[in-house]
Amino acid sequence: MIIHLRIWRQEDRTSKGRLVDYTVNEASEHMSFLELLDVLNEQLLQSGDEPVEFDSDCREGICGSCGLMVAGIAHGPQKRTAVCQLHMRSFNDGDTITVEPFRAKAFPIIRDLVVDRSAFDRIIEAHGYVSVTTGSAPDANAIPIPKETVDDAMDYAACIGCGACVAACPNGSASLFTAAKISHLGLLPQGQVEASQRVISMVDQMDAEGFGDCSNYAECEAVCPKGISIQGIARMRRAYMKGVLSA
Amino acid sequence: MKMMSALMSPVGRKVLTGVTGIGLVAFVIAHMIGNLTYLSPDPTAYNAYAYKLMSLGWIFYTIEILLALCFILHAVVGITIQVRRRQARPIGYKNYTSAGSPSLQGYSARSMIFTGIILLVFLVLHLISFKYGPGEAEGYIATLSTGEEVRDLRRLMTEKFHEPLYAFGYPIIMILLGMHMRHGVWSALQSLGVMSRRLSPLVYTLAAILGILVAIGFLFVPLYIYFW
Ligand code: HEM
Ligand code: FES
Repeated sequence: MIIHLRIWRQEDRTSKGRLVDYTVNEASEHMSFLELLDVLNEQLLQSGDEPVEFDSDCREGICGSCGLMVAGIAHGPQKRTAVCQLHMRSFNDGDTITVEPFRAKAFPIIRDLVVDRSAFDRIIEAHGYVSVTTGSAPDANAIPIPKETVDDAMDYAACIGCGACVAACPNGSASLFTAAKISHLGLLPQGQVEASQRVISMVDQMDAEGFGDCSNYAECEAVCPKGISIQGIARMRRAYMKGVLSA
Repeated sequence: MKMMSALMSPVGRKVLTGVTGIGLVAFVIAHMIGNLTYLSPDPTAYNAYAYKLMSLGWIFYTIEILLALCFILHAVVGITIQVRRRQARPIGYKNYTSAGSPSLQGYSARSMIFTGIILLVFLVLHLISFKYGPGEAEGYIATLSTGEEVRDLRRLMTEKFHEPLYAFGYPIIMILLGMHMRHGVWSALQSLGVMSRRLSPLVYTLAAILGILVAIGFLFVPLYIYFW
């Protein structure tokens, strides 16, 4: 298949970027979108041009390194799929696809399609962990937890921190990411000890990083490769109010 | 102090828009039901209702002050969220589209700030036309069945809604109000953290029904006055 691409090219953090048109004549529907970019980059190298920079690592949808706006949607039009798992069969021969980096003030562009998502790391550093001593590994089933609670915690723990929620949010809010981390820890007994402290520090950090507020558009849930529910955001708000009132 | 900084946090801002928004929704519903007394076969019903409200005295004034606070806080926080949205993404996308369901980014959600600001401007004009419009001093006097002489708001309303600008302008604004409530009612409850996976789709549907009912309840009276 023939695919036309309009890709955001930007030299470095400070330079002004622009969309540049490319065509890949030998695309296959079996390729992933990132493989299509690999093919494009080989073309570019052969003609002596600079390849397009983009992030990826596992290419199997579990590490959260990849992330592009493909045809106007974070990770592209296929639901619950990271862009590394998006295949060209989602597109038609002759399509023109616009590819842009995830955009947010808190995600500065490093080059081309690569953005600096360390703001997420700082939100985790704020208290996205359990620091109470929980002793050595307990016997299995020593602390009974209802199955639904475990399932819920696991669903939130599925967050790979890719940043698609921020990229897709019209407000550039990091609420879904932060809520997923707070919920996955807060639902389990080990995480409950520091629950109030955690939610307040992480929400404050999210604010300090310059992410926007949440207007409950639910766009984040629609693009999340793991389908994390905005019910986590409602849960984060409850935890926050509880934290403030009990402090 | 701690409470203040909590209210200024991203969660606090949503709690504020949510609480004030719900207060405004309650007001809007009460106001709409009150207006429907215009349609009562008893021609004094509307003026009697308005008079009864006013004679609540300090209760009435307390509610008025709370409402004014709700409007101001709601608008200030809503506009703040909008300003922060610009700051959070200084360079926008060349190509952006919603990914579709489960996204709730429809017309109503996207236009909250526009419908909101129009409502704010409307509110001022509306208060000038009616609340601070001609009263007993200007000869708008009605006699209730009890014999009391009160402000004739019914006459003012009848006159205003015979003007095409009012008769057709008001319904348009009321449709915008319905849209604001369509996303707003669900959003406020989500902001206050009372939503759950099961409740959410139900409340989202009920919010649409409420928005439509309130819009129709309000826009019916002006059109009725104009055409009948
Ligand atoms: C005074 C003029 C108004 C302005 C400027 C305004 C503005 C806004 C804005 C911008 C939002 C979205 C907040 C966000 O993005 O998170 C919002 C939400 C909301 N508005 Fe208004 N609005 C106004 C009047 C009203 C009225 C009259 C009602 C009652 C019917 C109302 C009910 C709501 C509700 C329930 C929400 C949802 C709150 C939330 O998301 O937490 N608003 N408003
Ligand atoms: S490269 Fe690891 S999730 Fe896409």
